[in-house]
Amino acid sequence: MGFLDTLLGRTKPVPPNLDVLFQLPSAAVTLEASQGFTPTGTGSVCFRPVEGRAFADVEKDVRELLDMSGAKSGTLPVEVTKDSFGFTWLVSSHLSTELEDLVTDLHAVNSALLDNGFGPQLLCTLVAFRDDAQRRLALVYLFKRGTFYPFAPLSGERRDNALELQIKGALEGDLKMEQDLSRWFPVWGAPGL
Amino acid sequence: MVARTRYAPDRGLTVRMGLTMFLLGLVFVAFVAAIIGISILFHASDGAIVFFAVVLGGGMAIGSLFYSDKIALSTAQAQVVSPTTSGEAAMVHGIVDRICALADMPKPRIAISPTDLPNAFATGRNSEHAVLCVTEGLIRRLTPEELEGVISHEMSHVAHKDVMVMTIASFLAIIAGLLIRFSFYGELFGGGGRRGGNNNNNQGALPILLIIMGVSIVVYAISFLLIRLLSRYREMAADRSGALLTGQPSALASALTKVSGSIARIPTKDLREAQPLNAFFFAPALSAQQAQSKIGELFSTHPSLDKRLAQLAKISEQLGQR
Repeated sequence: MGFLDTLLGRTKPVPPNLDVLFQLPSAAVTLEASQGFTPTGTGSVCFRPVEGRAFADVEKDVRELLDMSGAKSGTLPVEVTKDSFGFTWLVSSHLSTELEDLVTDLHAVNSALLDNGFGPQLLCTLVAFRDDAQRRLALVYLFKRGTFYPFAPLSGERRDNALELQIKGALEGDLKMEQDLSRWFPVWGAPGL
Repeated sequence: MVARTRYAPDRGLTVRMGLTMFLLGLVFVAFVAAIIGISILFHASDGAIVFFAVVLGGGMAIGSLFYSDKIALSTAQAQVVSPTTSGEAAMVHGIVDRICALADMPKPRIAISPTDLPNAFATGRNSEHAVLCVTEGLIRRLTPEELEGVISHEMSHVAHKDVMVMTIASFLAIIAGLLIRFSFYGELFGGGGRRGGNNNNNQGALPILLIIMGVSIVVYAISFLLIRLLSRYREMAADRSGALLTGQPSALASALTKVSGSIARIPTKDLREAQPLNAFFFAPALSAQQAQSKIGELFSTHPSLDKRLAQLAKISEQLGQR
């Protein structure tokens, strides 16, 4: 924020950065080769709904768009959930081999919101992974920072920090990882994880 | 394609705030000019007390800037909490995490104050040293959406660096206040008599302190009103940014109604004591009648409930437009 904005008490909403999402498929290859984690084919977009008709309309359009793409490829329809913080999660499910389609879907949701002027409402996009021991892992993309961070939940609101740091090291070359650890906020009970 | 934005700034508010700060600066310059003028006019060495007041006032301002977080936390008897401290703490941390991710801000420390008064404040000289404090009364009374509205309002104060801005703005009032006191005691104990050795000052010494006192009183009164005006504009700006950040102006509005309602019912003495200069409460500790009168508003640090609700209703309408 600039000096003038501070002086006059204005905040400019932070625009999201979307194209980085397409780097995910190549990162997934690295992740599988080095750590044994494979994508589950599920991913979700989390955003803060805005009150009023305009946002409700956009939300409806996005769901129809995803349902259509799901019907074409014969996968599950989109699932919509609200979490306890009042955020909406759109979950898109594909086969575990179709990571590229999943990313395209997620990108479509994000750009639909962006084009309608609701870009600042986007919180994060999440893609789920799992290894042979059924350990859960999510790569979370922070729109406002343009960075990724790993989130590995254990049972009972604990997270596997060691695994997360390991993943961060492994993916450093493929994705822009969030260096500030205080921004790795937990997404407990995120749908699709 | 450039995505259109729904987050148009409020030009009127920006202009009014800029004008208020300009006037404050003008009063400051006029004050300095008057003091220098008086000193030259009387060939006085009493400029020393002005210098002393500026140094002391500056020290107080810098001190309050650097210790604002500690002072405010200890007056509110608040404890800094981590997500594992309690269920309440985990919920507040979760809300703040999300707001910080939405706004791309560093996460502040979070404190919970064990008072039943529903209120919240954010303090600290910049966003790296910020502390966000909510009271247990607030957590108990509000729904998660409303609590999020209040927290986004406080986070906007942090983003706008309001502690810094208001401390600088009150610098002038602090100096004027100190000068009133110094010249008053100067009159009482010093007077002109002790400076008998200096012929020039023998005549001048008595009126000069009186004149400095008079000028300081006028400056203090004007700057006090301007600072309060500025504070009200900063509150409006924080409401606005907070509502746009969460996209839920109505949740913030309903939180405001709830908090104002219960504050008006509860005796205010306790909270007044816990209201240092740089603690930015979500709602002021005013009784309902006081908040409604025109004069009461002139002296108030927060805009009236009606004005805040009207602004939020307007934002809600703007967000809903297709």
